[in-house]
Amino acid sequence: MRLYFKSAIFSAIIVLVLSAILLGVRLTQVGTALTLVGAEADVLWKIFAATALIFVYNLWRDPIERFLGYIPTPSLSVGLRNLSQTQVVQRLLWCFLIATALIFPFLGSRSQIDLATLVLIYVMLGLGLNIVVGLAGLLDLGYVGFYAVGAYTYAMLAMYFGVGFWTGLIAAGVMAAFFGFILGFPVLRLRGDYLAIVTLGFGEIIRIMLNNLTALTGGPRGIGNIPKPTLFNLEFSRRASEGSQSFHEYFGIAFNSNHRVIFLYLLALVLVLITVFVINRLIRMPIGRAWEAMREDEIACRALGMNPTQIKLSAFTIGATFAGFAGSFFAARQGFISPESFTFIESAIILAIVVLGGMGSQIGVILAAIVMTVLPEMAREFNEYRMLLFGLMMVLMMIWRPQGLLPMKRPHLELPQ
Amino acid sequence: MSKHILEVSDLSMRFGGLLAVNGVGLRIKERQIVSMIGPNGAGKTTVFNCLTGFYQPSAGKIIFAGEEIQGLPGYKIARKGMVRTFQHVRLFKEMSVLENLLVAQHQHLNNSLLAGLFKTRSYRKAEQAALEHAVYWLKKVRLLDDANREAGTLAYGQQRRLEIARCMVTRPSLLMLDEPAAGLNPSETDQLKQLIRDLRNEHGLSVLLIEHDMQLVMDISDHIVVINQGTPLASGTPEQVRHNPAVIKAYLGED
Repeated sequence: MRLYFKSAIFSAIIVLVLSAILLGVRLTQVGTALTLVGAEADVLWKIFAATALIFVYNLWRDPIERFLGYIPTPSLSVGLRNLSQTQVVQRLLWCFLIATALIFPFLGSRSQIDLATLVLIYVMLGLGLNIVVGLAGLLDLGYVGFYAVGAYTYAMLAMYFGVGFWTGLIAAGVMAAFFGFILGFPVLRLRGDYLAIVTLGFGEIIRIMLNNLTALTGGPRGIGNIPKPTLFNLEFSRRASEGSQSFHEYFGIAFNSNHRVIFLYLLALVLVLITVFVINRLIRMPIGRAWEAMREDEIACRALGMNPTQIKLSAFTIGATFAGFAGSFFAARQGFISPESFTFIESAIILAIVVLGGMGSQIGVILAAIVMTVLPEMAREFNEYRMLLFGLMMVLMMIWRPQGLLPMKRPHLELPQ
Repeated sequence: MSKHILEVSDLSMRFGGLLAVNGVGLRIKERQIVSMIGPNGAGKTTVFNCLTGFYQPSAGKIIFAGEEIQGLPGYKIARKGMVRTFQHVRLFKEMSVLENLLVAQHQHLNNSLLAGLFKTRSYRKAEQAALEHAVYWLKKVRLLDDANREAGTLAYGQQRRLEIARCMVTRPSLLMLDEPAAGLNPSETDQLKQLIRDLRNEHGLSVLLIEHDMQLVMDISDHIVVINQGTPLASGTPEQVRHNPAVIKAYLGED
């Protein structure tokens, strides 16, 4: 049996140093000055215990891992894989998901519903980016740019022309598609890493432009007072504005500010369901097949008479459209937007959702969006260590399931034998 | 006398200081099987790449079905009916055999987004027609039983046949095969020979072939072009080429 003394001591020291800095000392305000305060005894004991644990584990790594090997590995991954393969179960899973999503707002608390709405926005973004990255295989690091275009299109239309949400939604989709088209056109002949860098640049350019076009977009001050969505012209406010009616007056019920939260949630849900439906059709259509073929072998595609630019551009444009829809909904929900909301980290999170979910898989993306949005929210107590947890989760995921939560099996067209 | 489907004159391709192809000419009549042979590195595949638009030829004229096509992008040339296979099989490996054939019919399908989203009648009709066309060619290359398998899991010989079928579903008028017999055993080569003849006789196809298997070349070619170090060395019927001293010298070296 080999003993790993060196590596055991090394890892123990790392644990000790890191945890001593992160947990062992704290800055506390005493009067006006900041002082360094040591942690309580039990925290120090925990640090010591963790160090000892790491030391022992590394020392006897072989036997411990052999022992761990006897314990049946979590069957979740196997279960999930089988789940995604059988059609009937998948359909049941969809029904269950939709039913849960429909019942949820009537049971959850206001803040939970609000969080769920945010999750749905990320689901929509994830599904949209999934077309570009997962299906067409184009690494797009500037996806948030189209999200911003959508949000600002609606916000500016509302501010300057008093356009309502529903018209704004369509306009935002069209505008984002247009941007996707004109940005995609010159860059889609690039491949892999180069494409990633250029799209990253585009995302930043859009944000910086919004920041600096102060006369038009309000610059860093952003745009406020963006009107909320209405239900057939019924507003969800205590007092309706001139010429329209409010929801609670129309139905003769008492005003409840929860109505609006629930309505926003249901609206987001409808948008997500439409997105899911459209993408579900797309992957079964010739264009979906062409995307996959293009991802696999571009040269063969050209030899068969397919126009690579056109096919990639369609993926880029359609993906951008969904970001535009999500953006306008985001603007309407927040009521206020500024370039702050569209930084690179958003692109990274959306991309992480796609990768975590398993490239190309829809249920996977939905699960990942939930995990990626709810987890940071739950880990709020950890404050500054949230990003650390985030990183840890990503590392674990890449070790445990590098292919993502639910890797995609595109529905293959079968020939009845 | 039948028309020429492909006329190539003075084709040259220069990579920096290297003249890979120098003044090659080629004529293919309709329903003719023409082979291009030459030692390794002679520039045969480069000629292929120039013809099919993967390279932009430095000089020369390519007339396909009465139209000049030199300098056009590859996908446009393919749409005109000149389709090729590759020296190394290039299938969509993770897609099923059937889907490989459906993807190839992309141009013939109803590609309107709305039609697809709402499954209109014309969309379903086009899909059905594509499916039937694919099945027809699967039968032809004896792959119908493997239609739902992933293309990457097929045996090598089957992959070669699938690649030819994938070209054929695009309804070409000139099929260009780059070493189709490489890696095939003798009986598979025989089947390939039969298949190429079938394509010509039953489907009125012209075929341009690069091949090292001399038996195959001599058996099925109507005309042979020999290239050596990028320059045309000889051309003629199999009989003429076989006895041409320059060709023998190029292949076997000086005696």
